[in-house]
Amino acid sequence: MQVNESKEFKPTIVAFCCNWCSYAGADLAGSGRLSYPADVKIIRVPCSCRVNPLFILRAFEKGADGVIMCGCHPGDCHYSTGNYYARRRMTMLFSMLDYMGIERERTRVEWVSAAEGAKFAATMNDFIETVTKLGENRKLRDLRCKK
Amino acid sequence: MTTNYKEQAEIILQMSGVNPLKCMQCGKCSGACPAYDAMEYHPHQFVSMVRRGNLEPLMKSEAIYNCLSCFACVERCPRDVKPAKLIEAVRLTVIREQGMNKLKPEQIPCLMDENLPQQALVSAFRKYSK
Amino acid sequence: MQKIGVFVCWCGSNIAATVDVKAVAESAYSCPGVVYATDYQYMCSESGQTMIKQAIKEYGLTGIVIASCSPRMHETTFRKTAQAAGLNPYMVEIANIREQCSWIHKDMEVATEKAKVLLRAAVAKLNLNKPLTAGTSPVTKRALVIGGGIAGIQTALDIADAGYKVDIVEKKPTIGGKMAQLDKTFPTLDCSACILTPKMVDVAANENVKIYSYSEVESVSGFVGNFTVKIRKKARYVKEDLCTGCGACTEKCPSKKARNEFNMGLDTRPAIYIPFAQAVPKLAVIDPNACIKLKTGKCGLCERVCEAKAIDYTQKDEIIEEQYGAIVAATGFNPIKLDKFGELGYQYPDVVTSLEYERLMNAAGPTKGHVVRPSDGKKPKRIVFIQCVGSRGQSCRDKSYCSKICCMYTAKHAILTKDHYPEMDVKVFYIDVRTPGKNFDEFYRRAVEEYGVEYIKGQVGKVYEENGKMMVQGSDLLSNEQLTIPADLVVLATAIEPDESARSVATMLTASMDTNDFFTEAHAKLRPVESPTAGIFLSGTCQGPKDVPETVSQASAAAAKVIGLLAKDYLTGNPCVAGADPMICNGCSQCANVCPYGAISYVEEEVRGPGVREVRRFARVNEAVCQGCGACTVTCPSGAMDLKGFTNRQIMAEVDAICK
Repeated sequence: MQVNESKEFKPTIVAFCCNWCSYAGADLAGSGRLSYPADVKIIRVPCSCRVNPLFILRAFEKGADGVIMCGCHPGDCHYSTGNYYARRRMTMLFSMLDYMGIERERTRVEWVSAAEGAKFAATMNDFIETVTKLGENRKLRDLRCKK
Repeated sequence: MTTNYKEQAEIILQMSGVNPLKCMQCGKCSGACPAYDAMEYHPHQFVSMVRRGNLEPLMKSEAIYNCLSCFACVERCPRDVKPAKLIEAVRLTVIREQGMNKLKPEQIPCLMDENLPQQALVSAFRKYSK
Repeated sequence: MQKIGVFVCWCGSNIAATVDVKAVAESAYSCPGVVYATDYQYMCSESGQTMIKQAIKEYGLTGIVIASCSPRMHETTFRKTAQAAGLNPYMVEIANIREQCSWIHKDMEVATEKAKVLLRAAVAKLNLNKPLTAGTSPVTKRALVIGGGIAGIQTALDIADAGYKVDIVEKKPTIGGKMAQLDKTFPTLDCSACILTPKMVDVAANENVKIYSYSEVESVSGFVGNFTVKIRKKARYVKEDLCTGCGACTEKCPSKKARNEFNMGLDTRPAIYIPFAQAVPKLAVIDPNACIKLKTGKCGLCERVCEAKAIDYTQKDEIIEEQYGAIVAATGFNPIKLDKFGELGYQYPDVVTSLEYERLMNAAGPTKGHVVRPSDGKKPKRIVFIQCVGSRGQSCRDKSYCSKICCMYTAKHAILTKDHYPEMDVKVFYIDVRTPGKNFDEFYRRAVEEYGVEYIKGQVGKVYEENGKMMVQGSDLLSNEQLTIPADLVVLATAIEPDESARSVATMLTASMDTNDFFTEAHAKLRPVESPTAGIFLSGTCQGPKDVPETVSQASAAAAKVIGLLAKDYLTGNPCVAGADPMICNGCSQCANVCPYGAISYVEEEVRGPGVREVRRFARVNEAVCQGCGACTVTCPSGAMDLKGFTNRQIMAEVDAICK
């Protein structure tokens, strides 16, 4: 694995955002020109309950350094109960990841409403800072994918 | 006696397990209280005064001894605030201080009366002294 | 292999100022499947769209990626563009390089790199897209209203006036509900019956409305636009088509000791009865628990006096099956039961609930409108009203919510009492007086200022009997004293709760409820008259405590939503719905448990595949009901369930493209 010491570490971060609240919150952060690092890339899903734990495992396998999932605030889910399922699933998954050596700080669930552009940007800034401090994630990586 | 009433109030809330913020000031506790007229401060006042940390008048008041601990207020409170437990905690705070026993053993003989159940004395003693 | 076209939008300078759009378009060629890539100033403009259409035709594109603003902004626009060029609208993906890239980054190099990644992810997803077609289902142009109170009546009238058929199912022998029992309405003091009964007559006379009185919903199946409902018509033991409502039977009936529900049990009624004079339909009904003939087989007096020959002791419950396009829940409310409020003395006859007091004041009530003590029939000298009985509490006997109507009806009772009997002393114990509403606070102030009603701040601790008086002991929090007031009559402003039938109705409708058994709305602010379950609408107090005008406006709003649905011939669904692969599904039922819409059922059908030909039980998603949340896809232990438009493979491809 090639580590370029001269270059500053830039984490790869995947954010799953539900279509109705958090994705709209991310859009609002954009229209408010609230900046956060370019390291985070957003994947739109209909609801946080669509996020299969496998997607998150896949992300770490493919070299992500952190994964964040954003959904509507509890009780505000567009599909009424989706985020409750997501919350339970992620609690289970994250504790398992922790056990496997992927630090608890590399994963996060955050509730961001469509009106919380500022919260979205702040959350992303904070998350990226945390992951950057932790450095590169070397666990769970599929070595066959690496050159 | 300590004068840091804010801190004292915190301890009283911890001892009693009462959350005075749950109170909606309906006054049902005082409406139900059989010892109302004997008490300078009434159950609903205890809740709001402890919440504000205004402990001194309560601790100096006879009301803490006149509360019968009948728990009518606890039973009737629609929001489960338990005023009697709060009064109990204020009383305990007072009598735990050295020399603050409300009832001293030497006072007992003159209180004795043949119709008085012994149980009453025992429980009064338990309630009013350290 | 897809042939993908990529269109990078400048959005004027919004994108182009921070993202090197040419470089992004150029980078697209390295993504698999991309055969054409270009950039343009405004993709969403007329000329931009023309450019897309031309490229689709010229290069035979099977899918397009637009790198532009948020899909929430222009996804629909570009889908229409694609459709106009003969492409399936779901073969369009948007890479959000404005809100999530150019607008938040300042460094051109960084932003351009991110835009490339976002584009790569969109292309990766599009490579796996399949053309999707939204399913359509026909709409049955008939609505069902469950509950025949003022909410149900108003909803039915409005739907019927728009020209649609509507049925009302009412479990009681007459429609009218609680409003029929009220004496006057606040704050105008209109006579309740005078404004309600004409509506009851209207609804019965409307040829678009059919009323199933003394009936209950037995089962509901189907989905929005296509509900099948079984209605149980309970046996009246009176033939509806023959009974003229003359009332001769009710006079002759020898069993007169049954509790009169309409008068809240303050008097009795015969076993065969008409609930009240203005009942609709005005038909007699036999109470089988009180009828001597039905219990012992001997009597038959009513049959003998009935000139219309309408009595039929052998009548049985009847099940009717009907088709509906929309269902409105208007199940209403009841005052809570007070058996756990012993300290307030409801066990004494001279302590009554507010609804009982309404009957005591009503000219058609058991006392002909004279306010008297139920115990001895004497006129009371002092009446004490106690508010918030069972509302705003946290113990198991209380309701946590404010019942909303009690402050106003108590003020109404106080005013009416003082109006009839100025010499009477009227006191009200209150915790807070809540009077938001047009002319409401003015009304309450009139009670105090004009009528001299004494309001005492403080909840009552106990009510007990002493020498024939009801002793009301409470604290006056403002003067800091405890009062014991001897009263002749005590009226408890009882909390209201959803009708006990609401829970079973909600279960049948797969409509969600809150912890208090009120129906939940699809959105608390923006969709207050719809249930999250498509095709189910909410009218009146089944959704939360309401007074009459609020109930009527909500009822009309629900009707408007129903009319909007029934006006459509076909419903077009969302094509991004879940579906189970019958080859993989093991029929474990886990997905049905998490589905908030009840869209998943199980079928046993022959499954054919390589080396497989057998009957299996597997999940089938009703595409008209599924809203596409995807909860089932993650729950599925075997991976049989997938969500069209957001398939596992598509999202994985996006993850891969981003992490590369």
